[in-house]
Amino acid sequence: MSGDPTLERIAQGEGLALCAAGNWTARFAPALERIVSDAEKLRGSRPHIFIDVSQVASLDTFGAWLIERLRRSLSDASAEAEIAGLSANYSSLVDEVRRVGPAPRVVSDRLSITGMLEQIGRTVAGVGGTIIGLVDMLGAVLAAAGKVLIHPRSFRLTSTVHHLEQVCWRAVPIVVLITFLIGCIISQQGLFHFRRFGADIFVVDMLGVLVLREIGVLLVAIMVAGRSGSAYTAELGSMKMREEIDALRTMGFDPIEVLILPRMLALVLALPILAFLGAMAALYGGGLVAWLYGGVDPEAFLLRLRDAISIDHFIVGMVKAPVMAAVIGIVACVEGLAVQGSAESLGQHTTASVVKGIFFVIVMDGVFAIFFASIGM
Amino acid sequence: MAEQDIDAIIRVRDITVQFGTTRVLDGLDLDVKRGEILGFVGPSGAGKSVLTRTIIGLVPKVSGRIEVFGVDLDAASSAQRRAVERRWGILFQQGALFSSLTVRQNIQFPAREYLRVSQRLLDEIMVAKLVMVGLKPEVADRYPSELSGGMIKRVALARALALDPELVFLDEPTSGLDPIGAGDFDELVRTLQRTLGLTVFMVTHDLDSLYTACDRIAVLGNGKIIAAGSIADMKASQHPWLQQYFNGKRARAVVA
Repeated sequence: MSGDPTLERIAQGEGLALCAAGNWTARFAPALERIVSDAEKLRGSRPHIFIDVSQVASLDTFGAWLIERLRRSLSDASAEAEIAGLSANYSSLVDEVRRVGPAPRVVSDRLSITGMLEQIGRTVAGVGGTIIGLVDMLGAVLAAAGKVLIHPRSFRLTSTVHHLEQVCWRAVPIVVLITFLIGCIISQQGLFHFRRFGADIFVVDMLGVLVLREIGVLLVAIMVAGRSGSAYTAELGSMKMREEIDALRTMGFDPIEVLILPRMLALVLALPILAFLGAMAALYGGGLVAWLYGGVDPEAFLLRLRDAISIDHFIVGMVKAPVMAAVIGIVACVEGLAVQGSAESLGQHTTASVVKGIFFVIVMDGVFAIFFASIGM
Repeated sequence: MAEQDIDAIIRVRDITVQFGTTRVLDGLDLDVKRGEILGFVGPSGAGKSVLTRTIIGLVPKVSGRIEVFGVDLDAASSAQRRAVERRWGILFQQGALFSSLTVRQNIQFPAREYLRVSQRLLDEIMVAKLVMVGLKPEVADRYPSELSGGMIKRVALARALALDPELVFLDEPTSGLDPIGAGDFDELVRTLQRTLGLTVFMVTHDLDSLYTACDRIAVLGNGKIIAAGSIADMKASQHPWLQQYFNGKRARAVVA
């Protein structure tokens, strides 16, 4: 390419002239860096060195800095290297880069065994903090709910209805579709294996108990954690990033009451409704497969279902739903408010919200299983 | 505005931009000359930022032609377009720093992507840019969320200057700065324009900036350029909005 930068070495008696020419600009930075690194080795070779820049066609910050860097490395205690032939246009630029000091070192955290162990220790210690944070948020939400009970006019109905639409009404199609498919799969798998014992009809028992007690609510809770928990965290997190939550607080509003309570309430109402719809869709899907694939006609299916399940199974499923909703909501809101200033932090907390939400939902399900077993339901 | 200016670095001809049925820019013509600082003013919501974003290609236009560095941006191949993009720098209104990168990484980002140079040189150039925009090298390892509003603008300017562009777009560079900070910023833009030979396209509301920093002013109204020229031309104009803007109470305070 024409205009490539060059640096010619011309001996002048005792001294040495370095004649720069061509374009000393960002485009040619890699070549410039090589030229200057080579020339820096001339340090101390001659008593007097000067850099002649009169032939330079164009100069920008990259070129000016590299010339300045060369000048500095060629200077030593005995003699200062000089820049000559600087045109008026460029002298202010060179003056500007003369003020540049050394770059601050990057503080990098090196990988080491102790560092890794420290990280593990901190994470484990952080678990306690997580639990405290969740309990703290639970308390704050209950306190806000209590305040709303005393002053019902401060309740935000519009906001609650809006969130109910988002997390319940708009979730119905996907929840119904997925639970329907799961019902189909349970039924098909059951039939396939029970048939070997000639126990086809018991697939109805399995489907009924499994769907109403466990799968219906658990599956829907996991879907809601992924769908609405993540949305809550992202919403609250970006509001936190843009200081909207601080703005609310300074206007005398409690963010818990304005933002979190309506969301929590919407979720606690939505999950039982979705769990109910999901359970019905799963039963329908299971029944359909039992009929078309297993030859269990709908009348026999319903008769068997009536015998196999009691209202207890249904209650066990439904009781769990609002509690799981509360857990998902609390985790999502705690994570949302923990977001720091960067986009990366928003992503981390949204991930954490979903992962922790699903984890706690499964833990709660286990706790409920023990509880219901011990009270004989 | 119809005369052909050979030295125009940006040439906008007859562009129309529409959002739904609202016509924001309606057959607008504009030239920006090499080496000048053009101040671009107009009432809020008149479409100043829309014009900037249309020139840099973020907003699609209905019709018209935009040439930057003599390259017609619609006809340009992707390689030509990238070459143009390397020669301009943009300061967004909110800074638009990458929030998950430090100041150092933000400023080095364009150079790291475009130039194959050593980390040492990248660091040195980063410090040079920080010094140029009036910041201390110590802020290099802070994240954008740990900076003040004025520092964000300065870092964003340093990033816009990272590849030593010939043309910079500044979208309201002094909004949100205190008057002293804003004055410093104007001074800084002037200095950089002189030392680096920049052409500056500055959208602004700040009368002080118009008086101290700009060589020429263009005024946007009703989707067109209603006036372009020096401060004296603006004050002499009979247009009612210009009368109010340049001869109003706040303007008199600036002159006094």
